[in-house]
Amino acid sequence: MNAASPHLAWASRQSWSPLLELAAREVFALMLGSHLAAAPAPIAEEGLGVTSMVGLAGQVCGVLALRCTALSAALMAAKMLAVDAGEAKPEMWDAVGEVCNMIAGNFKNKIPGMGDGCMLSVPTVITGTDYSLHALADSGKIEVHLLFEELPLIVSIEVHS
Amino acid sequence: MNNMRVLIVDDSSVMRKIVERSLRQAGLNLVEVLEAGNGAEALAVLRQGKVDLILCDINMPVMDGLEFVRQLPHLQHAKGVPVVMITTEGSEGHVLQALSAGARGYIRKPFTPDQVKEHVLPVLTGNS
Repeated sequence: MNAASPHLAWASRQSWSPLLELAAREVFALMLGSHLAAAPAPIAEEGLGVTSMVGLAGQVCGVLALRCTALSAALMAAKMLAVDAGEAKPEMWDAVGEVCNMIAGNFKNKIPGMGDGCMLSVPTVITGTDYSLHALADSGKIEVHLLFEELPLIVSIEVHS
Repeated sequence: MNNMRVLIVDDSSVMRKIVERSLRQAGLNLVEVLEAGNGAEALAVLRQGKVDLILCDINMPVMDGLEFVRQLPHLQHAKGVPVVMITTEGSEGHVLQALSAGARGYIRKPFTPDQVKEHVLPVLTGNS
């Protein structure tokens, strides 16, 4: 275990927060042409009815999640496809899953040693808010709260090893 | 680069549409765009006829992009067809894996249309 290894102590992982935010900002800028803004206050989770998750396995195990409203998901699809939100609605689950996938890939490529040592799952999208996520190992969570076209968005990574 | 038949392989339909749009923005005249959601579907498409260019994701269910590229030399229709990977797996190790499997180019997601042009055109003109 060394300083460049992704097997970092939890305290060191706190430095991942700006990298996670940067990874999300780059994806939205390049693929959606949108500038993400920092949320002025912590975002309440109520109402964030779309959750996209990508699993990480290997040197780091965990889950990267993107939570947003259904309106945000439809808007993401619209911006990615350059069509109206109504026209893009059937593609919203696919779009939010792919955005989460790209954030996960972009994030892990920013952590020294994690790019090759950590695999990503295909994305899963959950709709609704009435669920609980139970991690089965020691974990720590990093969250970044952002605004996408003034709509709330939470990007988080929960690490289990 | 006129009247090209292109195969786009990605489990995301949104991403397949973005890649198609980026190819058209790069100036490629696409006469037909074929799509597949994974490597196995892509092999089935290629058994039906020849294409001029393949763009392929790596992380996909059923058959991933690396295995798909390794299978291509066994298909009569696919011999010599250039493959460009478009994927979130952007580490040096993944790039080397893809190139050694037979890919001619590699684009990291997220990408801009200019990056697609920058990586695809040299592959088509043999300057990759």
